[in-house]
Amino acid sequence: MSELVKLTKKDFESDQEVRWCPGCGDYSILATVQRFLPSLDIPKENHVVISGIGCSSRFPYYMNTYGFHTIHGRAPALATGVKLVNPDLHVWLITGDGDALSIGGNHFIHLLRRNVDLTVLLFNNRIYGLTKGQYSPTSEVGKKTKSTPYGSVDEPVDPVSLALGAKATFIARASAVDAKGLTAVLEQAAAHKGTSFVEIFQNCNVFNDGAFKDFDERAVRNERQLHVEHGKPLIFGAELDKGIALDGFNPKIVSTKNGSADQILTYDKNSKILAQILASLSFPEFPVPMGVLYQEERSAYDTAVTEQVAQAKQRQGEGKLSDLLNSGDTWTVN
Amino acid sequence: MENTQTERKELVSAAIRFAGDSGDGMQVTGARFTHESARLGNDLATRPDFPAEIRAPAGTIGGVSAFQIHFGSTEVFTAGDDLDALIAMNPAALKANVKDLKQNGILICNTDSFTEKNLIKAHLEENPLDQDAISTKYNLISVPITTLTHEALSELELPKSAIERCKNFFALGIICWMYGRGVKETSEWVERKFKSKPEIAKANKLALEGGMAFAEASEAFSTVFEVPKAKLAQGTYKNITGNQGLAHGLIAASVKAGVPLVYAGYPITPASDILHEISRYKNFGVTTFQAEDEIAACCAAIGASYAGGLGVTGSSGPGILLKQEALALAAVVELPLVVVNVQRAGPSTGMPTKTEQADLLQSLYGRNSDCPVVVLAIASPDDSFDTSYLAAKIALEHMVPVILLSDGYVGNGSQPWLIPDESSLSEISPKFAQTDSAEAFQPYQRDEETLARAWSIPGMKGLEHRVGGLEKQDITGNISYDPDNHQRMTYLRAEKVKRVANTYPKTEVSGADSGELLVVSWGGTHGAVAGAVAEEQKAGRSVSHLHLRYINPLPNDLEQVLSRFKKILVPELNSGQLSLILNAHFDLNLTAYNKVQGQPFKISEIQQQIQNLIR
Repeated sequence: MSELVKLTKKDFESDQEVRWCPGCGDYSILATVQRFLPSLDIPKENHVVISGIGCSSRFPYYMNTYGFHTIHGRAPALATGVKLVNPDLHVWLITGDGDALSIGGNHFIHLLRRNVDLTVLLFNNRIYGLTKGQYSPTSEVGKKTKSTPYGSVDEPVDPVSLALGAKATFIARASAVDAKGLTAVLEQAAAHKGTSFVEIFQNCNVFNDGAFKDFDERAVRNERQLHVEHGKPLIFGAELDKGIALDGFNPKIVSTKNGSADQILTYDKNSKILAQILASLSFPEFPVPMGVLYQEERSAYDTAVTEQVAQAKQRQGEGKLSDLLNSGDTWTVN
Repeated sequence: MENTQTERKELVSAAIRFAGDSGDGMQVTGARFTHESARLGNDLATRPDFPAEIRAPAGTIGGVSAFQIHFGSTEVFTAGDDLDALIAMNPAALKANVKDLKQNGILICNTDSFTEKNLIKAHLEENPLDQDAISTKYNLISVPITTLTHEALSELELPKSAIERCKNFFALGIICWMYGRGVKETSEWVERKFKSKPEIAKANKLALEGGMAFAEASEAFSTVFEVPKAKLAQGTYKNITGNQGLAHGLIAASVKAGVPLVYAGYPITPASDILHEISRYKNFGVTTFQAEDEIAACCAAIGASYAGGLGVTGSSGPGILLKQEALALAAVVELPLVVVNVQRAGPSTGMPTKTEQADLLQSLYGRNSDCPVVVLAIASPDDSFDTSYLAAKIALEHMVPVILLSDGYVGNGSQPWLIPDESSLSEISPKFAQTDSAEAFQPYQRDEETLARAWSIPGMKGLEHRVGGLEKQDITGNISYDPDNHQRMTYLRAEKVKRVANTYPKTEVSGADSGELLVVSWGGTHGAVAGAVAEEQKAGRSVSHLHLRYINPLPNDLEQVLSRFKKILVPELNSGQLSLILNAHFDLNLTAYNKVQGQPFKISEIQQQIQNLIR
């Protein structure tokens, strides 16, 4: 085992000039990740950052680790191949709303259901930035962009609900402007065995400025976001005076003060039903849930595949070339 | 008791076809006859022909499944042009196959199945067995195979359906007797196969023996055709399909290189058998990944290579199209990758179970921009191991994607394969980056000879670097939009592929190395062309044969070889793709001969073309 040298944020910064637009939300995510990684005490050669295509997918170039900037939407498939050969690597998959949910939707679903052991950071800015401003699969209905001058007419996808449907084992939501909240999510994501999916709200100040400002700005954050914690009641509000309760099957907001406090749900991150209720909360009627929304334990795909190979070796013995060549019905000509 | 009038007649070779309904067990019947023939020492080639529909309505033309075998006492080049014998288990099988039977060829029909209902299903207005067109043209032997199977199995208390499932083995018994081969191997195989169902094992053995006894006693079968054993090179053999050989070649390369194989595929005809075959060998440290789609399969293979494995993906034409974007990524990030294409008739879905070799230009030019990759083609089932081993070796040693072309005819067909000695396999030595170098790591630093970059794998300390699809700066691998750099990198990538030709052996022709005509073939047409050229050489014509394994880059000495012949004939199962390439590269007197019918060449078709060009 190599000796443990304490790494710093600087160790994870590459020598490449960062080329996102000034004011882009990606900068703070990059800085938060670089600041967070040393705490894992993992040698940096064991980190692999894999991305698809889009603004967010330039991320690997700025990380002084192994990095692979792949093709549009396909990072999940490529990352799966990496983990099949070396399940011990710590893979960070960087993607965006277009990359993961549009062109790469299929791969994203199958990554989650297989539960490949890696962490997905989905930078959701609800716009196509690199191609200069077309609406994305997470843009709200009626979005006016270059490609939709009359407004978009199609319903957006909700990444958290999609991940739940695809049987993801770890689902979290964080914001680029809340480094503390993001770091807390990253800690749990990194510790989770299986695919950790993290949706990160990220402002594109050039093509979709203010996409999240109604609930993500510091002044309104406490009032309009619901920061969930396992085992704690679902309480929010600047004064922590509101909570989420159920009215039949439907969520409702109740006050903590008028005797209905005991109706407030206690959060259990292992409950899929609760996660589905949270995923259904839509702003502005409800606050936006943030934090680790769901987690379950399930065998990771790469571990299971590797175990199958190990078992085959144990049962049949390590394959010998001569056995392979001479397998099946053979005959000899003298 | 042997029929007293039995005559024995020796043949150099025979081509026979078993044809019946999908549920009649024709593939297993053919496979068992193949094994008996291989054990007798015949050279042989086989060709299964099955419908794309899994369970087409019984008795229809669409549901006909056939298996052809050509076996001989001299070298057998193909599964045979015209048939010496056809076994038709129902009217549809007769209708679909009889055109391939030689005049006076033996036609064995199961008369029990020629019912009015089955005639209607085969869209036949009259019973062909009653028509002179059939009985005068062919040597028709009508056998009530179903009835006779019931009689042979009368001592068993089995349901009617179980008994009738044995009728293929009754037919096999007849054919084995007719061609003077035993059924011992097959009986043993039945014992093994139905170990847990002794009643079924017994039923099949009784049917087999019943068929033999019937033929021996019947006056309709008066001749035993003997095909003596061939002079094959000494050694141990096994019968192998192209898909199996290809799979084994990849596994062997992985073991020899010490690099774990990851085969990623998505089910597609006729390539799925490669995925099936490799998935059986997990104890060799191989991993198979059935991906969510063709694109993911290619990307996963690239990821595997990036992490230090031998990434391989396989498909057929429509799937290869989907992989091309990822293939270009592999070319730019310069990682090893093998992409197998078991070609089938297209375009689009085309005819999935029928063969063609029309993806050559797709392999060479199917990607955006200038993006050459190495392209190799498998000649025959018994060549599949060597060529796939070589594809993996080139990919690993040159850090380059290799497209390995096979086709439906090669992939599903089988031949006896001389098993190589383990020690005869060439070494595979990928060049890994050095972790202890004092200098900063440069991911695009190249080997002077091959221009391959060194393989640096996640987990290797001090070699952290970034790769991706954006243009690379020479040596450092950083992103670069510099115009001169782009041109330099484009040329470097092309030159790296071109230098693979420096590793090729001397180009050999079969026959004289100069003369009137050179027939140039590639891929699965090897057998038909080799057979035709051998025949024409025997007839005294000045014709030689060159078979290309290396399609890109072409061999360095190819022009020299071609220039020694006055005329060039290029037969292809496409509209002239290699012809186009050869004409683009060289100044030749070239004639293209093209067939796109989903069927392989017949030897006679090539012979005719040779005769058209030279006296």
